[in-house]
Formats: sequence, C-alpha cells, structure tokens
Amino acid sequence: MNPADAVSGIREKFGVEPVVDGATVTVALPVDQWREAGAWAKSTLGCRYFNWLSAVDWKAEGLEVVCRVENLESGLVLFLRTRLGAGATRCPSLVPVYRGADWMERECYDMFGVVFDDHPDLRRILLPQDWEGYPLRKDYAIDTPHAPYR
Amino acid sequence: MDPEARKVVEIGYGGNERLIMNMGPQHPSAHGVFRALLVLEGETVVAVDAVIGYLHRCHEKLGETLTYVQYPSIASKTDYVAAMTSELAYVSAVEKVGKFEVPKRAQYLRVLVAELQRVASHCLWLGTWCLDMGGALGGGATVFLYCMREREAILDLFEALTGARLLYGFHQIGGTRYDLPAGWAEKARRTVDVIEQRIGEYEAMLEDNAFFLIRTQGVGVVSRELAEDVGLSGPLIRGSGVEYDVRRAEPYSSYGDFDFKVPVETAGDCYARYRVRMQEFRESIKIVRQALDGLPEGAISSRPGVKSVGQVRVPKGEGYARVEGARGEVGCYVISDGGPKPYRMKWRGASFSNLAILPHIIPGHKVADVVAIMGSVDPVFGEVDR
Amino acid sequence: MSVPPAVSMFIAAFILLNAIVGVVTYITLLERKFAARMQSRIGPYYVGWPHGWLQPIADAVKLMIKEDIVPAPADRAVYNLAPLVFLVPCMLVFATIPFAPGLGVADLNIGVLFFLAVSALEIVGLFMGGWGSNNKYALLSAMRAVNQIISYDLPFIFAALVPVLLTGSMQMSAIVGAQHGLAGWFVLYPVIGQLAFVAYLIAALAAENRVPFDILEAESELIAGFRVEYSGMKFALIQLGEYAHMLGTSFLGALLFLGGWLGPGPAWLGPIWFLLKAVFVFLILTWVRWSFVRIRVDQILAISWKLLLPATVVLLLATGFVVAAGGGRGL
Repeated sequence: MNPADAVSGIREKFGVEPVVDGATVTVALPVDQWREAGAWAKSTLGCRYFNWLSAVDWKAEGLEVVCRVENLESGLVLFLRTRLGAGATRCPSLVPVYRGADWMERECYDMFGVVFDDHPDLRRILLPQDWEGYPLRKDYAIDTPHAPYR
Repeated sequence: MDPEARKVVEIGYGGNERLIMNMGPQHPSAHGVFRALLVLEGETVVAVDAVIGYLHRCHEKLGETLTYVQYPSIASKTDYVAAMTSELAYVSAVEKVGKFEVPKRAQYLRVLVAELQRVASHCLWLGTWCLDMGGALGGGATVFLYCMREREAILDLFEALTGARLLYGFHQIGGTRYDLPAGWAEKARRTVDVIEQRIGEYEAMLEDNAFFLIRTQGVGVVSRELAEDVGLSGPLIRGSGVEYDVRRAEPYSSYGDFDFKVPVETAGDCYARYRVRMQEFRESIKIVRQALDGLPEGAISSRPGVKSVGQVRVPKGEGYARVEGARGEVGCYVISDGGPKPYRMKWRGASFSNLAILPHIIPGHKVADVVAIMGSVDPVFGEVDR
Repeated sequence: MSVPPAVSMFIAAFILLNAIVGVVTYITLLERKFAARMQSRIGPYYVGWPHGWLQPIADAVKLMIKEDIVPAPADRAVYNLAPLVFLVPCMLVFATIPFAPGLGVADLNIGVLFFLAVSALEIVGLFMGGWGSNNKYALLSAMRAVNQIISYDLPFIFAALVPVLLTGSMQMSAIVGAQHGLAGWFVLYPVIGQLAFVAYLIAALAAENRVPFDILEAESELIAGFRVEYSGMKFALIQLGEYAHMLGTSFLGALLFLGGWLGPGPAWLGPIWFLLKAVFVFLILTWVRWSFVRIRVDQILAISWKLLLPATVVLLLATGFVVAAGGGRGL
C-alpha cells in the first residue's frame, strides 16, 4: 500500500483531500468519521501499528485530536486528525480498533479533558484521580494553584 | 484499592479466594516508581492494574514554556537512562520543523553517542533484569555488578565529552554542543573492545544456565499482532518478529551510511527480547567503530552560539521526528507558531507504550514472572510518566 | 575429681553454642568477602584492619541496638516467638556432630536421624514468622516455605542416607570411622558417592533457602519474605539461625562425604580439618548462590518431585544393592 493508493482510497471513502509528505499521509476528518477511519485504516490500508494519539488545544477553535498509525511493511504512515469544535470535548474512542489506544486516550483525557466515548476505563492515568483541571489546555496557566495532598 | 481505580482484566477462574497484592510504588523490582495491583489466586496473577504517574512532571507543558534553546537539556530528563537519545528526539523534531541544517560531523557525533548510550542503557537493563530474577543476594547481583562496571566505562567517556555522567545537554538545535576531546576516540575504541569481549562472557554465563532459560523461555509471550496493536517498539517488537527499527524505517542523522543488522527474534518471550538486546550490543559496537572510523572533519553546529535563550526562532509549522532510543521509538511532535517556544510539544515515550503491554500479558503468570516480564520490558519511569 | 555427666554435657553445650555463634558470625564475613571477589569488588573493608575483620561484630552490635518494631496488626505472641522457634532447631543440630573422636555434645547412635529430624523443624519457625507478621508478602513467603521444605527434605534425607547405608550405622563417629584410608571418603566412592554428594548439595541449597532456591526470601518479588517485618534483635536471631543451619548442613556434608576430621597430621588437627572441609562445602554452596538466578516456585517443586526425588530414590536403591552384594557391608 503506497501513499498514492492510500490517497485515492481516502478520497473515495471519506471525501476529504489528504496531504502527502513523503510516506506520511495526513487526513483531517470530521469527528463522526473518526472510528470508521481508524477501522478502515487498519483493515484496508494495513496500518496495524498504533503509534500514538494526542490532542492539540487551538484556543478559541477548540480541541483537535491527532493520531498516528503505520503500516510497518510498506512504511506508510497515516496521520489522522479531527477537530472536535469549539468547546466540544467528546470524541469516539479508538480502543475497539486498537488496543494501544487505551493508555493514550486515558492520557489525552487526563491532559486535555477529551472524553472518549466507549472507552472501557476512562480515568486519569498520570495525574491523581482527584486532580482539578486539564493541564495541557492553553487556559491552564503553568502556575495554577492546585489542591494540597488530601 | 479504591473502587475508582479498580479495573481488572479477568481471566477465567472459578475460585473466589483472592489476594490483592500491591507491588510498588516502592518495591525492589519496580524499576522506579511503578505500582502494580496484582490480584492473586495463590501464586497466579489473575488480574493486574498498572498505576503510573508518580514521576509525572508534565514535560509537554514544560516544553511549551521553555524555549528551543532551553529545553534540550530538560529533554534528557525524560528517559534519563538513555538521555542522549531523548535529547536527540527533541532537537530532531525542531530541526525538521525549522529546516535547520546539521553538519555531517555533528550527525556522526550524534550517531556515535546514541550508540554508546544504547550500549550503556542495555548494560543497565541486563543488570537490573538479572537482579529482578536472581535477587540482590544471588547470581543476579553478580551480573548487575559486572554490567555496572561496563556502563561505568561508557559514562566515563560521556563525562570526558560533556562533563556530565547522566544528563548531558550534548545536543542542540543545529548540531552538537561539544566536539571530541583529544584522545577520546582511542579511549572509546578500547572501551568498546573490552565491552564486546565481556558481552560474550555474559552470554556464556546466562545462556548455559538452565535456570536462566526456564525462567525466560515461554514467559511473557507477546504475539506479533498484539505487539503492533499496542504500539510496542524497540527490542520488544523486534522480539515478537516485526522488523521495525526507526534507524531503518526512516534513517535520521546519517544512519543510512552505516552498515548494521536489525536483529529480530520471533518467539516473543522474555528470552527473545533478551536475545535481541544482546545482539544489539554487538551491532551498536559495530556502529560506534564505523562512526569513529568515518568521522568527517568540519563544524559541529550549523548555528552560531546564542546570547539569550530566546534567539532561536522556528517558522510556523509542525512536524514529528523520531529516533530509535534504547527502549524503542522516541518521538517528538512539535507545533511552532513562529515564536521562540513551541506552541505544542507531544512526547512519544517508548517506555509508555511498551509498559501498556503489561495488563495484556501478565494475567496467568506467577508472581515471580511478573518481575521477569517487567524487567524484560525495561521501562524507565521518567519516560513513562514524563 | 570426676564431673557428673550432666554437668560436663552442659559445659560442652555451652562452649559449643558460643563457638557456633562465633563461627557463624565470621562465616558471614567469609561469604561477603567471597561474593565480593566473585563480583570484582572488595567487600567489607573499613571496620577493622585488615580487611574489615570487625564487620560482623559491628553488624551484630548494630542489630542489637536497633529499635524493635512490632507491626500493629501482627499476631504478637506468634510474631515474637517465631525467631526463637526458628533458631532453636538450627542450633540443636550441632548437638550430635562430633568434631573429633569424643569431642562433641552427644554422639548419639541415631545421630544422622536426629540431625535430619531437627533441621526440618525450622519450617515451624518460618511459618510462624510469615503468619504472625500479618503481611501479604510474608504470608506468601510462608506458603512458599512450607511447599519448598516439604519437597526438599525428602531428597535431602535420601542423599544423606547413602553414606549411612554404606556404613551401616547412623552414628556420626561410625560414619567417619568407615571413611579411613586413602580413597575412603564417601565422595570418592565410585559413582554412587559423587552422585549422592551432588544430590546432597542441591537439596542442601533448597533446604537452606539459598539462591537459586531462595523463593521464600525472594527480595525482588516478596521484599524479604517472611522476615520483612522483623527488625533489630529478632532479625538478628533469624539471620543467625539461617547461617547456623547452613553451617550445620556444611558440617554434615563434610562428615558424611568428606571424611569428617580425618586428615594428615597429628590427631589434634582433626577439628581443624573438619572445619576446613565444612567451610569448603559452605563455599561451594556460596559459589552456586552468587552465580545463579532464582527459579520459580512451580519449577522448584517440579525439580524436586520429578527429578531429584526419583533420582535419589534410585540412588538409594542402587546403594542398597551394592551393600547387599558386598555381603551386608559396603566396604
């Protein structure tokens, strides 16, 4: 599966225009196609390797979830991204497709407050369970006071 | 175990007399601060919940508040056992986004220190893993002390090169900060010669030992499919039969110039991971020799020194760069808004992804295997928690 | 003037007990130095010149003045009694060992049986310690201890019975007496002797809970096993008992297989020869300890029941045939 095939497949299936940079294909998708795209990438493009998932806070424009999956045989890299929309925090979970998404989505929830629907065990992973706020959001100042140990 | 933190991966077991044992956060074989809640039925683990985050410093937020000049030396504090490659991941990402040139000599120096670092890191892994299996008052301690002796020799080299033994600050945007001191290359050659010979001794000591073999073979098997699905990298995925090495998949820093093999084992158990790492020792030493032989002359940095930390600016853009650290793919995703600091920095730690395999493979094993599996994963908690 | 037998035995026991404590203290230094040399280190160095010879004394003093902690949820009576119950059998085994002809507390005619029976009693102390601490690690360790000691006492006994069968007596002095001559040591007895000695060493390692069979201490899994909650003097007693047991087993091995006090030179060198041979056995055990990795609990049981026990039974039967073919006497 080379990038050109992937691009035509994506264009046909999801109706969006991917950006190609070498072996990396970047696809921006609407949020409701998120899990479908993951499953399709795994089954059709052979991107079985789940590399990482995270989010970016674009301030007023809201959160964007990004995810990188790879086909290790052909070297194809698929970079999926989806804008959740201003103020929105819900995103479909990729755990039913990739088991590796489990801890990555928990981390993303921990840091950005993105709520992944259908995640089997969505709770904080790095921060204490009773932490307040989501540190990697841009409105979370680095000197935000936090509650003392309880 | 608080109810919210309770999540168990159940395996089929009909009994009900269970013991919940807390392994960590302070435990001799926790390799840092890691807490594993084991649900035991006798000696058999039926469920496990991994609790991490004790060493969390929010490196990603730190990365957004420190400038491109400041952060590389902080980056070394993620994977502090292989600090050279952690720094390299960050500076590579910034160089990719900012399209900085790196002189050939600097690229070779980066390869040189990265491979020495891999040898040092694997030394520590072998020692601590045997310590887990053999005990601090047994054969494990013997292997551990031998390995520390070897690691020490490499740390001496790094000390001569950078003045620091653990966290180096060797890399900077556009090159390296230090050049080789006089006589260093000769010393490095002698050191790797000694280490290469000692590796053979350890292999003889461990692989001819039936007890070592029964402790590692068939323990903690990770299938190829599971390895890809969870996103393992480094020796773990190569021990499961996937030939995936960033140095090959996406050669960075002139790795294309070097002749080396990517060792792959197919069994997927602790022994396969051990074999992969033992072969990597030799391959790394080979690369070190090649880098020393072929080291080009020239500048070590494409960028003049800065007078204030905010002087390096990166044009608007984003990029993901990855390097093959001792534990696997260490990657950094940087989004720049044109200022002296990244807008967003995502750190992909190899240990975080590798550690996520534990809940999938531990249930069904004995307590003693838990430490063997954990040691074979080789997590560094600075990188897991970041 | 004659001393009543009870008084002389009491004096002998008193001297022996103190001698054992002294030797045990210093055998720890020997092990540490030996292990250090194996690991290319120096070992204890600064306490006492030369080469840290005061280190065991310093350790003992430190342990004596340390705070004695009893965990709040512990079963106090069991917890406090356990070190003593553990120590007494470990010390008692020395009662039947003669260190030279006539030099010993009691040269019983069932000496070997007494030794084996009493040394197996230490498990009671181990289990009490593990149970009484009310700690999960300690409990797991106590469970493992019972498993392991039950499985390894049988091969241990069978291996020790080979010299008994060859001698035709359970009296220790008689066993030594049967090993006179240039090739008289039972370890030099063709085939049977060597196999029995190896089996004895393996079973001894397990019976003393040494690496690779130290699953009940297993500090990488169970921190320190059954003694994780002990501190101060109680910890010292457990440690003393452990090393005393090890020394006792080494003495028994030297006596059964290496000819006890027999050796060149005048008769008064006998006890020194005996001690040297026991230290030799101890160093073999130490050597194994510091070069092997620990094995798992199920594997330990498998090795015992599937390999070592059948092997020692066969060995014992073979010895029986040899003895019978030789007309009732092996020699």
